[in-house]
Amino acid sequence: MIRLAVVSGKGGTGKTMMAAALADISAVPQVLVDCDVDAANLELLFKPRRLTTEEFRGLEAARIDPERCRDCGICADHCRFGAIVRRDDAWTVDLLHCEDCGVCAYVCPMGAVRLEPRVCGEISTSATGRGNLAHARLFPGSGNSGLLVTEVKKRAMNLAGDADLLLADGPPGIGCPLIATVSGMDAVLIVTEPGVSALHDLGRLVTVCRRFGVRIFVAINRFDLAEDICERIEDYCGKEGLTVVGKIPFDPGVIEAVRNGRPVTRRDSPAAGALRTLRDTLFAELGLR
Amino acid sequence: MKIAIASGKGGTGKSTVAANLACTLSRSREVALVDCDVEEPNLHLFFPAPATDVPVTNLVPEIDAERCTLCGECGKFCRFGALAVLKDSVLVFPHLCHSCGGCVLVCPQGAVREVPRTIGRVACSRPLSRLTLISGVLNEGEVQAPAVIKVAKALAEGHPLILYDASPGIACPVIETLEGSDACVLVTESTPFGLHDLRLAAEVAERVGISAGVVINRSDGEDAATIGFCREHGLPILMTIPFSREIAAVQNRGGLVCRDLPGWEERFAGLFRAVLDLPGVRA
Repeated sequence: MIRLAVVSGKGGTGKTMMAAALADISAVPQVLVDCDVDAANLELLFKPRRLTTEEFRGLEAARIDPERCRDCGICADHCRFGAIVRRDDAWTVDLLHCEDCGVCAYVCPMGAVRLEPRVCGEISTSATGRGNLAHARLFPGSGNSGLLVTEVKKRAMNLAGDADLLLADGPPGIGCPLIATVSGMDAVLIVTEPGVSALHDLGRLVTVCRRFGVRIFVAINRFDLAEDICERIEDYCGKEGLTVVGKIPFDPGVIEAVRNGRPVTRRDSPAAGALRTLRDTLFAELGLR
Repeated sequence: MKIAIASGKGGTGKSTVAANLACTLSRSREVALVDCDVEEPNLHLFFPAPATDVPVTNLVPEIDAERCTLCGECGKFCRFGALAVLKDSVLVFPHLCHSCGGCVLVCPQGAVREVPRTIGRVACSRPLSRLTLISGVLNEGEVQAPAVIKVAKALAEGHPLILYDASPGIACPVIETLEGSDACVLVTESTPFGLHDLRLAAEVAERVGISAGVVINRSDGEDAATIGFCREHGLPILMTIPFSREIAAVQNRGGLVCRDLPGWEERFAGLFRAVLDLPGVRA
């Protein structure tokens, strides 16, 4: 099985549009996974039927038992994250800042601090017309998004069966959730666009991806909005030895497809045509047919 | 006054709004613009200027092999997997360390000490006569984005007017950015993706307890669902920016519409007035 993640560095370049289009026209047995757990959008395009939903428990969080607390404040002195705060004349844990390190429980002379599991989101599996999908929802303001990505990828592997392709829609950025997404993949498809921000972000993302030894492919979305910058991207890719597997034109049909909750490849349009060509090039490179 | 610019979805135009708002306001007052999207900071591309770097470090354990008896307490305590006690040595995985200091506390031999390790930098520059740009940059391969955001924000403290440009998403880096802000501008686009993620971002602002309003970017006029959501949730619409190839072209080349296209400076000044009018902001 080939494990492929669609990523971008800069947000909003068209990862989900691309992942949905590839899933729609791949014509190989596949499993899908939405690794953008902060803002998971893949299901909006596939209207999936939910199979399972479970709680996601991240690391634990500290809780102070007011009965036992003697108000010494030693826990607050030792907390490096400012998570132990004074509220209503008592010490309490601010869950937005607690990192689950356990130092407060260790230093409390009264044994008044305990670490308790906390629910940070939920993980679902669903059936789409284009293969099973593992996806997740991080509760707003929760930490542990990297951990949740790792968990949702495990669910996808369990669903994979004898699929030939695991296709992941990745998060923006280059931090914790992105690293959790790329780790263990065979290849990444980086979706970029002709703008100075996207080009800058592409360079940083490539540096991170190289550390994971994955094959790197590039797609340039809305390439005709600034053809001079598109050339700069192609020059960069040439110098870095990265294969540009496709260039997608700006096409109002893309927004229209998103608005109507369907992959863009369901109807003929300039972008849909370019995506089919991209699929052929990419799949040939990956040895998929 | 501290204003955070955020969005759940990436690429909705946070940096566009932040850069244009900062440039417009700097015509008449001192502004500090802080790039808190430390994974992919972009604001410096719109304000090129020589910068001074401040390194960002976090503390990670170092084991004194002479004193260490390989008792395993540090490895047992560390919940992040940053320490592995082997038969003949202790392995430290510094990129997994959250710098809680627990290993130092639990070591019965006093064999653990903490040493600084560079995970990023903050670049400070003065691109315009009244604009200070403070950009957090996380080193490639590092994961502790909030630590870099914290330093960038600390360096801006004391400025009378501060704008924070957040990263996309709804997790710890966004919380770190929003904390302590007086108002939050949520930038969205009028697609189902934009609306889905706006809903999440609005929840984060509410959870942190910050008054928020919405900017609809790249509008093609089909904004009814977004407007309905905003009305239902008491989120004022602060500004609507239409989709146009002309705006996209300015933005893609690192330009600023408030400088390069007529009428936009006044519109961003209007955005600032609308932010001041958010409930509880001008108090």
